[in-house]
Amino acid sequence: MERSLTHIALFAALIAALGLVPRIDLAAGVPITAQSLGIMLCGTVLGARKGALAVLLFLLLVALGLPLLAGGRGGLGVFAGPSVGYLVGFPIAAFVAGWVMERTTLSPGYAATAGAIIGGVGVLSLCGIVGLSVMLGKTLTEAAFIAMAFLPGDILKAVLAGVVTQSIATARPRALLSRAG
Amino acid sequence: MLTLTSPHKTRLHGLPAGVKLAALAGLTIALFQMAAVAPLVGVALSLCALHLAVGGVGFAAHAVRMLWPVWPFAAVVAVWHLWLGEAAGGAVIVLRMVCAIAAANLVTMTTRLADMIAVMEGLARPFARILPPRRLALGIALVIRFVPVLAERTGHLADAYRARSRAKRPGWRIFAPAALAALDDAEHVAEALRARGGTE
Repeated sequence: MERSLTHIALFAALIAALGLVPRIDLAAGVPITAQSLGIMLCGTVLGARKGALAVLLFLLLVALGLPLLAGGRGGLGVFAGPSVGYLVGFPIAAFVAGWVMERTTLSPGYAATAGAIIGGVGVLSLCGIVGLSVMLGKTLTEAAFIAMAFLPGDILKAVLAGVVTQSIATARPRALLSRAG
Repeated sequence: MLTLTSPHKTRLHGLPAGVKLAALAGLTIALFQMAAVAPLVGVALSLCALHLAVGGVGFAAHAVRMLWPVWPFAAVVAVWHLWLGEAAGGAVIVLRMVCAIAAANLVTMTTRLADMIAVMEGLARPFARILPPRRLALGIALVIRFVPVLAERTGHLADAYRARSRAKRPGWRIFAPAALAALDDAEHVAEALRARGGTE
């Protein structure tokens, strides 16, 4: 019981800590924040249920007024902003990524990349597009056009989530809770 | 750990958090019913006046800074609608969004974290069977405690990387050790909790 709680809490803190890391420039000079990588890792490392709970705990603290989103944003205002679809999609993305990780027999690295692409890129973008379309009064197609801006970074992060999950599987096989059961 | 609550005490700080949240919910619903520019401009001006009346210029300036991340979206909508020749439609969307965010930020800025947590505990009470309030409170406390710990650890890992390589920044190589550190901490804290009688 204690282990579930501490894993959920520590990964919620990890999402926030990764958001505080100054932006990282990838090879092509694409600046990304690591926050959505944290979301993907919650799913691929902790599994579907605990991963989604960790993300929900993180969002709860954001709503309570802690500046934990990338760039020091937070508070209730972010849930009234244009990117609310992405926030709603975060726990779903973690759940889907964890679910893929739990249900496939691929090696951890490939399973995590697949899960992160399906959950952290596919499902998350869908939620984000619906949110953009509602908040900015655009059709879904127009919103999808805006959301394209985030796509390259998200795909890179999904691949990184696979690499990181594989490293954890190698360094601490028993700590990879999504594959423990 | 810093919160977004404004250190500048205003009259709104004294209002019960539940009242402010209910008012915010009502205003947000009303905002999304408004489809004309005039009432939205009215709301926007009232919000400006409210900020200035309760907290003065410094407080209002801080509120404007909190709105700043929205500008790219506002710019996209503005350009889009000017292109289509529907300036009024674009103005409605931008004004509605900015008002909703500003009102929500105002509640965050004038409500202490402890009051917000108290409201949340009240809302969570009906779900006490599936989500024991004590475990939720402990989870919140753990996150608040460990965000700075993990951020500092990530900083140390980056320093260590810099000390042994020519690259200035560790880039993506920081993520695996940072996640491992969180996993190890989770195990240690779980043991410590169990040694002190567990979470029940």
